[in-house]
Amino acid sequence: MPIRESLREGAVRIPSGCAIAGIMDRSGARHDGSDILKSIALMHDRGNGLGGGFAAYGIYPEYRDLYAFHIMYESREARAETEAYLDTFFMSEKQERIPTEPVAAIKNPPDIWRYFVAPHPMRLNMSGLDEAEYTMQHVFHINGKVNGAFVASSGKNMGAFKGVGYPEDIGEFYRIRDYDAWAWTAHGRFPTNTPGWWGGAHPFTLLNWSVVHNGEISSYDANRRYVEQFGYGCELQTDTEVITYLFDLLARRHGFSQEMAAHIMTASSWDDIDRMDPDRAAFETALRVAYSSALVNGPFSVILGSDEGLLALNDRLKLRALMVGEKGPMTYLASEQAAIEVICPDVENVRPVEGGVPFVVQLDEVAERKRRESAENRPAREKPYQHEVGVMPPKRKEA
Amino acid sequence: MKRIYAIEAWCIDCKRCEVACKTFHSRSRDTVKAFTVEYPQPQNRVRVEGTRQLSVAVNCRHCAQPKCVEGCISGAMTKNPRTGVVTSDPRKCVGCRTCVSLCPFGAVRIEDVAEKGIAYKCDLCGEVPGEAGEPSCVAACPNRALIYVESEGC
Amino acid sequence: MLDYLLPRYKVLRDRDECVQCGVCERSCANGVHKVDEDLGRVTADHAKCVNCQRCVVMCPTTAIAITRWPQVDAGSGNWTLEAMQDIAKQAQTGAVLLASMGNPKDYPIYWDHLLLNASQVTNPSIDPLREPMETRVFLGSRPGMLKVNEREHVVMTPMPPQIRLDVPLMFSAMSFGSVSLNAQKSLAMAAKELGTYFNTGEGGLHRDLEAYADHAIVQVASGRFGVDPHYLNAGAAIEIKIGQGAKPGIGGHLPGEKINEEVSRTRMIPQGTDAISPAPHHDIYSIEDLRQLIFSLKEATLYRKPVAVKIAAVHNVAAIASGMARAGADIIVVDGFRGGTGAAPKRIRDNVGIPIELALAAVDQRLRDEGIRSTVSLVAAGSVRSSADVVRAIALGADAAYIASAALIALGCHQCQDCSSGRCNWGIATQNPDLTKRLNPEVAAERVVNLVRGWNHEIKEMMGGMGINAIDSLRGNRLMLRGIGLNDKELEILGVKYAGE
Repeated sequence: MPIRESLREGAVRIPSGCAIAGIMDRSGARHDGSDILKSIALMHDRGNGLGGGFAAYGIYPEYRDLYAFHIMYESREARAETEAYLDTFFMSEKQERIPTEPVAAIKNPPDIWRYFVAPHPMRLNMSGLDEAEYTMQHVFHINGKVNGAFVASSGKNMGAFKGVGYPEDIGEFYRIRDYDAWAWTAHGRFPTNTPGWWGGAHPFTLLNWSVVHNGEISSYDANRRYVEQFGYGCELQTDTEVITYLFDLLARRHGFSQEMAAHIMTASSWDDIDRMDPDRAAFETALRVAYSSALVNGPFSVILGSDEGLLALNDRLKLRALMVGEKGPMTYLASEQAAIEVICPDVENVRPVEGGVPFVVQLDEVAERKRRESAENRPAREKPYQHEVGVMPPKRKEA
Repeated sequence: MKRIYAIEAWCIDCKRCEVACKTFHSRSRDTVKAFTVEYPQPQNRVRVEGTRQLSVAVNCRHCAQPKCVEGCISGAMTKNPRTGVVTSDPRKCVGCRTCVSLCPFGAVRIEDVAEKGIAYKCDLCGEVPGEAGEPSCVAACPNRALIYVESEGC
Repeated sequence: MLDYLLPRYKVLRDRDECVQCGVCERSCANGVHKVDEDLGRVTADHAKCVNCQRCVVMCPTTAIAITRWPQVDAGSGNWTLEAMQDIAKQAQTGAVLLASMGNPKDYPIYWDHLLLNASQVTNPSIDPLREPMETRVFLGSRPGMLKVNEREHVVMTPMPPQIRLDVPLMFSAMSFGSVSLNAQKSLAMAAKELGTYFNTGEGGLHRDLEAYADHAIVQVASGRFGVDPHYLNAGAAIEIKIGQGAKPGIGGHLPGEKINEEVSRTRMIPQGTDAISPAPHHDIYSIEDLRQLIFSLKEATLYRKPVAVKIAAVHNVAAIASGMARAGADIIVVDGFRGGTGAAPKRIRDNVGIPIELALAAVDQRLRDEGIRSTVSLVAAGSVRSSADVVRAIALGADAAYIASAALIALGCHQCQDCSSGRCNWGIATQNPDLTKRLNPEVAAERVVNLVRGWNHEIKEMMGGMGINAIDSLRGNRLMLRGIGLNDKELEILGVKYAGE
């Protein structure tokens, strides 16, 4: 019987409903994946078995300075081609198959590998790009040009574990209980179509970003055509992808804080701006005017993971559910309150994330550092490239 | 009270006000019948004076101290103390033309209707019970050259 | 010499309804109707009728209708009556055929081939009566990236000047001279009331309209009529007109008889002389010259006013628009070939230029390909007929739309295309005081305000249906459009999928 090839993400635009969850320990202490698994499993009915996944931060401390690429292969040729490509542009410290567990419900998994790599120093220098941009472009290349290979994650000291199936099965499959992370996010997907492709599952990641998202953004094409101007190819046609690129553009390239990036994407309403004092109104107006096409519209709830912590965001009208709760250094986020209470029955301060008001939780050390830093955004292209300035010995202080 | 004022800057000499007035004061309230079959012919009380270049609709101001009422010898011309509307009663009018000569605005006319000429003037279309809204001439004006506004009068 | 021309229209008068009140006679500047006391009826000189429909609207008994002259053509699909009439006219006069308003030919109207989207199940539609629905737009150039102090809420990047529109449309250029002062004043009053802008056209800013200068876009065109530092600084923005959709590559000619005292003063030219706008700007023979003019105007206004550049949609429009953005234009205006005019050579109006829909899509995509779309504003003009057209234009990529014909129709225009005669019975395209006074700006402005408010309500309803609550998210959102009855190439240029895809 011929195998009917299912539609891939990118071939068609597929709206989805979803469950999302996130757990973070502000102190940086690491916890294994059992809580996040339990939390997302409770929201089983919000997914339909066609996609689930996790992102974890802090799981590779021994390789913290290297990019950890999780790559899914559908064929041996794809792996050979990709590895040859990686060998050209990166230096690999370690590469291995990601350990998995056979799970009855998980059918036809791809061959999944991870690589701990650093950009090839000379090629990086020749590229005229900074390290992040260099890495990002090569990830785009593999995803777009190598048939049968997909980079599931490409950040440092983090990784995405995702596939087709219910999230609890995907979690078992990847043995996520074996990893310790200071932040976990999870996603259970309810696509209205049958993508059946592992690369299309969520979280969507890019460098250190990971995004889990519930909703359907009606501004999709306006946002897509905006970011595509700056070299972000929206191959997957998913909301999550375009939201990730918006964060990357605003927070990494333009240098805004994640909170400000989120504020730009859910800008103050004109009604509110009209009630502000003139200086503040001028500030908000400038943001809206300059970043008009970065406004995200339609129902969505998003959890953004990064090396700084988690950020939760709801659309301006609060059309999607997202709850937050706290207990000590722990912060819990989930589409449903029950998914928080199931793992932390005595959770405190439970409340909905407000529409258009980003909820931010940062690692204590990051928060401390940010407090001391200037509040002016520093665009990526104005920063000296680490790999260029780092080679010179620090200037000797005059006695 | 609300009064009709004519603004000559916007009067375009189309005379739709005259047609509307005549229709309103016909028995049938039907323009075609008013112009063709009704007898005695209904009379329009507003008149557009002038030319294409400069014209204005002449209409009663329903003065606070109406000269026409003061001068009326037969008691036909009265001012309604409640509404302020000045009207002429065709059954009492003897056609002496005193009102015509006293009116500072030329708003009263004698029309030879039926057996004798009697005075006709604007009644604001408002003396008819149950008729609310704008007088018919104001409603018919395409260019707001007739306005119906609250005013102390002249 | 016997005139071989046939009448174009026939006046039908219902004798049962006509009361011979004479309203039609007094309403017609073309002298069509006559109350004939001898005959006891109203007669019509059909040949003079231009089908402006003033009499039809004014008749108190709706006794009048206008029909086409019932003459059949010769049975040839090639030698149509219109083609033959044009030849007869030129054989009589030896002149260029003049026409007015937009291209009336049966070219495809792409707006009508673009269907809008609405939310179902996966995404809730938004009720504009319950939720805020934002239609405010800013026009001007903007930095691609802002530098701010997030704690102090201060923008450090200098922001170029912007104009704010509360509705995503403006009134396009119509000069005092081509239209009456009352027409321009009506639009000025409406613009002020609506929080948008009217455009002076190349006719200067009449002193009576200075009160509305905050809502004026002052135009600088090839004739430079009415341009001085006061004029440039009076308006909210400046528009350099390179071309007009109705007559690309052609200048303008306002005959001396229309240059009365007021027009003369406002245009700063002698009374009774012809006002001739050259075809090109004689100081702009290339793109770098445009840059010089843009910056001359910015210097003259101390960089406080955005400068728009308007071009007709022609074959190479995308590349030209991109050049304009690089030359310093803050706002790019593209005027499609169905845009109106007070007068244009008929052959130009009917045959030159391309549709705004294709031009707009091409320009927006080119600016994006070059990564500069977010730094300039783009305005579409040239026959935007309804709120749905506005939504389509914005979804194709415009920041806002210009409307002129639609606004004139709200004033009373019935598209008779006889503007150039100067006998506009609606008081719009004329300087004859008997006729201009037919347009009471107070009434006319109200009608335009009503129209635009109605459209804005409809725009909000359509946006709400799409699940969008700010017009920012509609701009360039071509997924909200689907093509119907279009071929692959058309879909490709418009950047939309086919219905069902």
